[in-house]
Amino acid sequence: MKFTLSWLKDHLETDASLEEIVETLTRIGLEVEAVDDKAQFAPFRIAKVLTAEKHPDADKLQVLSVDTGNGNPVQVVCGAPNARAGLVGAFAAPGVYVPGIDLTLSVGNIRGVESHGMMCSERELEMSDSHDGIIDLPEDAPVGQSFADYAGLNDPVIEIGITPNRPDALGVAGIARDLEAAGLGKVKAVEVPVPEGKFDCPVSVKLDFDKSVEDLCPAFGLRYVRGVKNGPSPKWMQQRLIAIGLRPISALVDITNYVTFDRGRPLHVFDADKVTGDLVVRRGKEGETYLGLDDKEYTVGPANCVIADEKGMESLAGIMGGEESGCSADTVNVLVESALWDPMNIARTGRDLGINTDARYRFERGVDPAFMVPGLDLGTSLVLELCGGEASHSVIAGEVPEPELVIDFPVSEVARLTGIDVSSDKCAEILQQLGFAVKGSGERLMVTVPSWRPDVSGKADLVEEVMRINGINEIEPQPLPSMASVGGKILTTGQLRVRNARRVLASRGMLEAVTWSFIPKSHAEAFGGGNRTTRLANPISQEMAYMRPSLLPALLSAAGRNHDRGQSDVALFEVANIYQGDTPDTQHRVAGGIRRGTATMTGGGRDWSEPGRPVTVYDAKADALAVLEACGLDPSKVQISNGGPDWYHPGRSGTLQLGPKLVLGHFGELHPLTLETLDVTGPVTGFEIMLDVLPQPRRKATKTKPPLNMTSFQSVMRDFAFVVSTETDAQSLLRAAAGTDKTLISDVRVFDIFEGPSLGEGKRSIAIEVELQPTDKTLTDEEISSVSERIVANVVKATGGSLRG
Amino acid sequence: MTDIEKLESSILADIDTASDEAALEAVRVAALGKKGSISEVMKTLGRMSNEERKEMGPKLNGLKTAIADAIASRKEILKREAIEKRLVSETTDVTLPVRQSPAEAGRIHPISQVMDEITAIFADMGFSVAEGPDIETDYYNFVALNFPEGHPAREMHDTFFMEPDENGERKVLRTHTSPVQIRTMETQEPPIRIVIPGKTYRFDSDATHSPMFHQLEGLVIDKSANIANLKWVLEEFCKAFFEVDAVKMRFRPSFFPFTEPSLEVDIQCDRSGNEVRFGEGDDWMEILGCGMVHPNVLRNCNLDPDVYQGFAWGMGIDRIAMLKYGMPDLRDFFNADVRWIRHYGFRPLDIPTLFGGLSG
Repeated sequence: MKFTLSWLKDHLETDASLEEIVETLTRIGLEVEAVDDKAQFAPFRIAKVLTAEKHPDADKLQVLSVDTGNGNPVQVVCGAPNARAGLVGAFAAPGVYVPGIDLTLSVGNIRGVESHGMMCSERELEMSDSHDGIIDLPEDAPVGQSFADYAGLNDPVIEIGITPNRPDALGVAGIARDLEAAGLGKVKAVEVPVPEGKFDCPVSVKLDFDKSVEDLCPAFGLRYVRGVKNGPSPKWMQQRLIAIGLRPISALVDITNYVTFDRGRPLHVFDADKVTGDLVVRRGKEGETYLGLDDKEYTVGPANCVIADEKGMESLAGIMGGEESGCSADTVNVLVESALWDPMNIARTGRDLGINTDARYRFERGVDPAFMVPGLDLGTSLVLELCGGEASHSVIAGEVPEPELVIDFPVSEVARLTGIDVSSDKCAEILQQLGFAVKGSGERLMVTVPSWRPDVSGKADLVEEVMRINGINEIEPQPLPSMASVGGKILTTGQLRVRNARRVLASRGMLEAVTWSFIPKSHAEAFGGGNRTTRLANPISQEMAYMRPSLLPALLSAAGRNHDRGQSDVALFEVANIYQGDTPDTQHRVAGGIRRGTATMTGGGRDWSEPGRPVTVYDAKADALAVLEACGLDPSKVQISNGGPDWYHPGRSGTLQLGPKLVLGHFGELHPLTLETLDVTGPVTGFEIMLDVLPQPRRKATKTKPPLNMTSFQSVMRDFAFVVSTETDAQSLLRAAAGTDKTLISDVRVFDIFEGPSLGEGKRSIAIEVELQPTDKTLTDEEISSVSERIVANVVKATGGSLRG
Repeated sequence: MTDIEKLESSILADIDTASDEAALEAVRVAALGKKGSISEVMKTLGRMSNEERKEMGPKLNGLKTAIADAIASRKEILKREAIEKRLVSETTDVTLPVRQSPAEAGRIHPISQVMDEITAIFADMGFSVAEGPDIETDYYNFVALNFPEGHPAREMHDTFFMEPDENGERKVLRTHTSPVQIRTMETQEPPIRIVIPGKTYRFDSDATHSPMFHQLEGLVIDKSANIANLKWVLEEFCKAFFEVDAVKMRFRPSFFPFTEPSLEVDIQCDRSGNEVRFGEGDDWMEILGCGMVHPNVLRNCNLDPDVYQGFAWGMGIDRIAMLKYGMPDLRDFFNADVRWIRHYGFRPLDIPTLFGGLSG
């Protein structure tokens, strides 16, 4: 919402400076977004052309001698056809910035003749689009004076952001009311003249709606003015409209725009001679079309509200008139419309048809119903004043609603909600200045809401009114009551796991990424997603069309992009949500990561101490297990089986499980076809852990750790090598060995893997080191060989292998 | 000189000239071995008369001890010489670089770090952390928060919609973290003090707007929480978060459908240099919106607005991260460019605490 300072002063008697006004507007909730003080127009002077002679070397140029008021005429070269001796106009000296052509003038030399400034056109001063000639002022215009003062160009423009709850501030008069309440002056009572009706309106209006939906147009007012002359509107009106960014069109159209901004009351004018028969306000018909004033054709339907004559639709109710019945320079008879529309219907229609107009903006927020008829009278009297003619009586179809809302307002609510006491008298004063009627005194006030405040419906709204006018700065901060004890643990297990997973992965040299929750369809499909429930109806682009079923695609794409920028060894992770559907229980917290190139835990790239080694499935496995451990799981309890989902390499991937059903996650090298889809090259490994499914830690009664038995008896190490089938997994071999004697065997480690022709086809050797830790006495040789024999027997039984000779 | 003295000086001379441990061992064997020179002399003791033995015994024993001591000390010298000699040959170039520790190379994303900073501050004020789904129903995202169907306030949110389901109902990507307010009030009895960090989505994309961003919502519900408390919480938060002794904040009336009264908050700062300084300067920067929870919202959660009251606020996590740590462009947050993460990210051991100063 834009307006000028002089416009505001039409409605508000005030001595306040521009700065005070701006500061106050922001303080009371009408946030000032921009102020243009028009200082750039200050240097322009009124000047008189003394002589005008043809340029010696150019047919269309003249050399002027210009009196700028200081007694020393200056020489100016000018190409305007209307430049002549005796013309009084607007002069810009060298050094002055001319906004309309975005140029700072300097002394010029045009075909051998020096030019010391410029006589300006209206376009050069952003007064209009007119560039037919230079500004031609009345002869009595005071030479040497500020042109901006003379022409009203120095009128500061204020732009405020109006929140959707304040339709009353979408007119200058409403803003003045708020400023008065804030103590910045006195509202000028502007009487709306009621033009005398000289005849009955020859056009009638019918509201044609079902009973159930007659709220679509509660009331519709019309006046006929005959014998008008529709020329340009007066300068003052044009200037204000230009200042707020509107293009003056003609007096009749400008009047409707002016009243829209002056009073927040949109009007419409029809050329009465282009309207056939009477008007009917109804729902649109299926497929009905009309040509809007913006020259575009729109198709409406029963969801929309239209104004039609006998020929058909003439105007889209409350949003935009039609070209067909629009006013032009030839208009002689005019119909002025002032109506009320259903805000929701206007909003939906505007949105569906993609039309944004100043009328829609106001109607969808809610105009003052009580001003419908005065608005009609104001518009009509402006037509009579500016275009002449005589007016009919008004025709009002429907009934202007007179909602009266009285709020029972205990003044203590102000202190309860804001923490500051405001006296009952002060509350009443503030509310009255804002137009509320207040009855009663003391603790309980009965407050009647004015017709222009549809946003106020309860006590809390009144508290806001009192608070914003009384001043929020008056409220002293008060500490929240502190907790009675030392703060306890506030994070849930899930939240702690997210944090622990992040910290542990970063401490493994990985970089945390935060990537988009939405990914391209092909990427989602490559990771088992891309179903309908995860599709966005209105994505920013097809690259962001599906909610991700996995963290890996975005991380892999990122690895590809980093590779293209010369960063080929990257380790990235993310701890965030994935979406398998659109319900809360299909959103899961996941920790996932990838390593590409040689980005192992010790760091990527080449180093003198070790050659860079390509990442393998075991790097991903170590990351995955580190996450589980950071989340409080004992990795030795986790079962790991070969193979994983389709996006992994089938022979170099694994699945982490607790029991037969509970899958905790996967790790592995990525499938080559997956990498192709994601446009990234290998070697790449990745993992994902589903943090949500990890079992909750068991609550223990105390934090005491189990007792530690630091035995003084020496441990004994024994090595074994087994030849087993390559199908046999190491995990079952280790389990078999460790399970031989759980009290005596404290550790089992694989220290060598060997495959070779000497072992035979499909065979490999797994060498393990077993640590025996006695707790009550030193082991004898017999005991050692006995347990060794049992280990061999167990492993052979479990794996079908044999002790390597 | 007696024979013994001669023998002693001869052996001592051999000890002194022994150049390594092997040579010294040879001297020892030659003197003290079974057939060594001293051992041979010792054997003669048996044949001596008592007087002779009384005289020679201690002498020979003294000789034996003296030689053994001389060998031991010479051995120590030779060992040291040998070690020194070996060490000289073992020199290496210690200026060669070593690999960076993974715990130093890894990085936490600024959003995660800032969320942890926020959590540390609010935990101290007795808040816990609540979360909710990113894909929301129209009810939780709008209706329950007092945005009626078709209300123009809905247009303040450029909403992403999911494909409509078989009933024609379409879910949305939550446009704010406020739905979690509702989910919390539905399930938890007041008093409530929660903060809600999370991802939010709006159909918008430029240097300061991203289709996905992070919001921090706060909610306090009890029987007395008011705007004066709200001002205190936000001022304390800003001081703690930006790690300054004082901040100046400006509260302006505004409008949000789910609060009444509603306020927007600007923070005073100096933006004249390359970085933003808080607590000084004369610029105002908008950082958050807040207000008293609207009576309709309380009613929607079965709380009586004449009994319960409270406030809520919301701010952009990415935005306050940018203000504090100086990232210029929001879009870079989500690009996973490793150069950016290494530069703006945090070391894994930099865990924010109040006792250590949030950023150390």
